[in-house]
Amino acid sequence: MTMTLVNKAGFNDQQLIEAYRKMCLIRLFEEKVDYFFAKGMIHGTTHLCVGQEAAAVGSGSVLRHSDWITATHRGHGQTITKGTDINKMMAELFGKTSGTNKGKGGSMHIADIATGNLGANGVVGGGYPIACGAALTAQMKHTDQICLCYAGDGSTNEGSFHESLNMASIWKLPVVFFIENNQYGMSGPIKETVNIQDLSTRAVSYGMPGITIDGNDLIAVIDATYDAVERARKGEGPTLIEAKTYRWKGHSKSDAKKYRTREEEEMWKTERDPIANFKAKLIQAGLLSEAQSEEILAKAAEVIENAVAFAEAGSKPDVDQLMTDIYAE
Amino acid sequence: MREITYTEAVREALSEAMREDESVFILGEDIGIYGGAFGVTRGMLEEFGPKRIRHTPISESAIAGAAVGAAITGMRPVFELQFSDFITIALDQIVNQAAKIHYMYGGNVSIPLVMRTPGGSGTGAAAQHSQSLENWTAHIPGLIVIQPSTAYDAKGLLHSAIANNNPVMFYEHKLCYRTKGDVPEGKYFIPIGVADIKRPGKDISVIATSYMVHKALEAAEILALEGIDIEVVDPRTLVPLDKKTIVDSVKKTGRALVVTEAVKRSGFSSELAAVISEEESFDYLDHPIVRLAGAETPIPYEPTLEKLAVPQVDDIVTACRKIMAAK
Repeated sequence: MTMTLVNKAGFNDQQLIEAYRKMCLIRLFEEKVDYFFAKGMIHGTTHLCVGQEAAAVGSGSVLRHSDWITATHRGHGQTITKGTDINKMMAELFGKTSGTNKGKGGSMHIADIATGNLGANGVVGGGYPIACGAALTAQMKHTDQICLCYAGDGSTNEGSFHESLNMASIWKLPVVFFIENNQYGMSGPIKETVNIQDLSTRAVSYGMPGITIDGNDLIAVIDATYDAVERARKGEGPTLIEAKTYRWKGHSKSDAKKYRTREEEEMWKTERDPIANFKAKLIQAGLLSEAQSEEILAKAAEVIENAVAFAEAGSKPDVDQLMTDIYAE
Repeated sequence: MREITYTEAVREALSEAMREDESVFILGEDIGIYGGAFGVTRGMLEEFGPKRIRHTPISESAIAGAAVGAAITGMRPVFELQFSDFITIALDQIVNQAAKIHYMYGGNVSIPLVMRTPGGSGTGAAAQHSQSLENWTAHIPGLIVIQPSTAYDAKGLLHSAIANNNPVMFYEHKLCYRTKGDVPEGKYFIPIGVADIKRPGKDISVIATSYMVHKALEAAEILALEGIDIEVVDPRTLVPLDKKTIVDSVKKTGRALVVTEAVKRSGFSSELAAVISEEESFDYLDHPIVRLAGAETPIPYEPTLEKLAVPQVDDIVTACRKIMAAK
């Protein structure tokens, strides 16, 4: 006996299992990347989204291929969900010419225009105005595309947040501002850097709907994003969504996490793991068995191993690449 | 040929480009009914409507960034920064986003946008509305930087800027707006990266930018009466810089005077002097390179002080006399 997991996007059982698969894939991708960094096999830095998978997958799954996203520095999950080839992502982290950005961008700048990913951003809040610009294109060209602008909690204190929400609202731009509130901007707890309970209340100032949701509840994320996307597509303007979540790992690869307790981390990992919780829901609804889940995980692990092999097989850029692509033709 | 003002020439280029290409549009503060702080877009709202002549909130970061996002997704935005001093608010979107995206994304997307903005002093607007900050953007790989001095150059270079697939910083000068010159009707292109010899001469190469070109030409008339024949070289684009025209001129005259309005220290005048001394022109120099540039001070309000802060015609005349008098 199975029961349906009701959601506003009308996703069927297969689509929900696919969402579960994607969350697993993202976690394994991030854990693999974490491993490579720890081993010194990838250089530079990276910001992992382990623990935030439901926010990325729940929101991105609602989009069409032709829609756009602007991703954040913690954007691997957002990027995978939008449809970027994992092989190319891994190759980018390895600095290979077969990477999404030919090895010139790295983790913080993965972009994939073909799938509508206008790029991750190394500057906190840097994506807000760009998302408005993309939405403006859709509006001026009368397409029905929308732009989902991902951002973090810390970015809501940037001027670009306020300038962009206001502009999007007065012009009724087809954009959805999706804040992944993972509680900390590097080391700064959001509760110490804003004097409000829910970041979504800032929407009031700009005359747009704002909603705060449990960002670790996949269905809640799907529902809120679906409403916002529909509103944007209908030409009714932007929405501000705050998805409360938690990043399990440190801010970047070197983070002793002195600003929070191990107990707090443990609570989020055991009680509020978005993947475990959704898995439990699927099993309870009779849509997934333990064995099927194991199979999904095994296949995801294989996809990651293939991505690593693809990345390793790629070539490093030639030295002439240093001075190539500074200017467009 | 008919004579029009620099302001009209800029407006003409914008209007012609917009008539031809639906993806070109303008956004900026007060560019609609008001016609822009300097009247450049006057009358354009009536022809093109508020969707394409897009009056924005006072939000320079959102203006610049919206142009970036629109450019990535297929439009060709031209944004007006009301005063070039306000670039401080827009700089993240210009420097960290627009300039780098093409390279950072492995050449997979281009950013065809233009920033138009008036710089320079001489209007009594004081320290926060009178600076010449073009060197800030000239320092950033990925940006093209243009500084037209005449109506003819402004129109032809703006057409090239709009047609270009890179972020182009187009610095106008407030005192240039009312200058007049012969400008052809219809669209024409002046290639980006080609300097112009505004006055040929044999004694000193005066490399001057923006409004300083006009001052150098005025100085040339005075100096001519004394038998000093200066050549006025206008780089027109700072990035890419037409080094060859500058170097060839200095090879011919053997003397170089660089004149910019921007503050001397770490300004573009330093770059121009460095180019002359690094290239083969160095071997032809009969006199050390001389630079005339802005005083290292904020631009003051009071008119006498304001004039003192930037090179004037007399300063150019005096500098040229000194160079010629040296043995």
